Amino acid sequence: MQQTLEEFIRYISQPWPWWVGGLMIALILFILLWFGREFGISANFRVVCAMEGGDKYADFFKFDWQSQMWNLIFVAGAMFGGNLAYNYLPSPDGHVAHVTPAAVETFHEMGVEFEGRYPPLVPDYFSWSSLFTLKGIIILVLGGLLVGFGARYAGGCTSGHAISGLSALQLPSLIAVIGFFLGGLVANYLILPWLLKL
Amino acid sequence: MKFFKYFLVGILFGITMFKSEAVSWFRIQEMFRFQSFHMYGIIGVSVVVGIIIVQIIKRFHVKDIHGRDIVIHDKNKSIPRYLIGGFIFGLGWAIAGICPGPMFVLMGAGYSALIVFFAAAIVGTFLYGVLRSKLPH
Repeated sequence: MQQTLEEFIRYISQPWPWWVGGLMIALILFILLWFGREFGISANFRVVCAMEGGDKYADFFKFDWQSQMWNLIFVAGAMFGGNLAYNYLPSPDGHVAHVTPAAVETFHEMGVEFEGRYPPLVPDYFSWSSLFTLKGIIILVLGGLLVGFGARYAGGCTSGHAISGLSALQLPSLIAVIGFFLGGLVANYLILPWLLKL
Repeated sequence: MKFFKYFLVGILFGITMFKSEAVSWFRIQEMFRFQSFHMYGIIGVSVVVGIIIVQIIKRFHVKDIHGRDIVIHDKNKSIPRYLIGGFIFGLGWAIAGICPGPMFVLMGAGYSALIVFFAAAIVGTFLYGVLRSKLPH
């Protein structure tokens, strides 16, 4: 039993190919539908606003946020899952993002440096010490503001539109995903290289 | 116990996002540069399988755990709302290299500075709520 478990853990510790990731996300979508819920992470931002008394400032936050309690529990689970994967399921080669050589070249051109063939999970400016640098604070704060604002304006983020919405053949979700991508391309090619030089 | 099952599915989601490398800043930027099929493969497989799941649910009137028909609400019809809102979200997604799901997973993995990104996203959501009536929808 012990041996089987160890073998299982070693097996799932390998980097997951894209199709395994895709199948698992579809499974999670199904489980949530079966529980009577719709998969959408950014809805939690609205819940937090409502919990903190946002309803005093805008009707948008006057809603039955208690009915979204399950979603907060879900993201708490996602945090714990991230912790488990990070600490107990490290890849045999120790790397967390097996990006292509072409991408590595682009990262170095953009000024995002790291040692060796594969990068870490996030660039080094995602740390408390870089929050006191112009680059770190602008990227995290500006990125967060746009993500929070845009997700609610569009009525969902990557999970709600690209996964849930497209799976239900929702035309609005396709429009939103096209918007996500246009915005992403503009930011990646035009804005990010400039911010990284700050 | 009512909520514990959501915690378990959340764990599954966190492990999936981490092990499929979708939480990585570098995977996101690589996708926007069209330098790897990886992220397109993840999203593509989940959508194709998701479409099949939703069609089966609709055809066979699959019930949820409470015995009720599973209903998937149609989203309101509009173009500007989804295109402009989506564009703004996309800007933030690529500037930070992170979207809401991976944000939680990374915070759990110990990248605690992302709480600043989280707080900014809450403020962004709040600003939307306040400005909502003045925006084209």
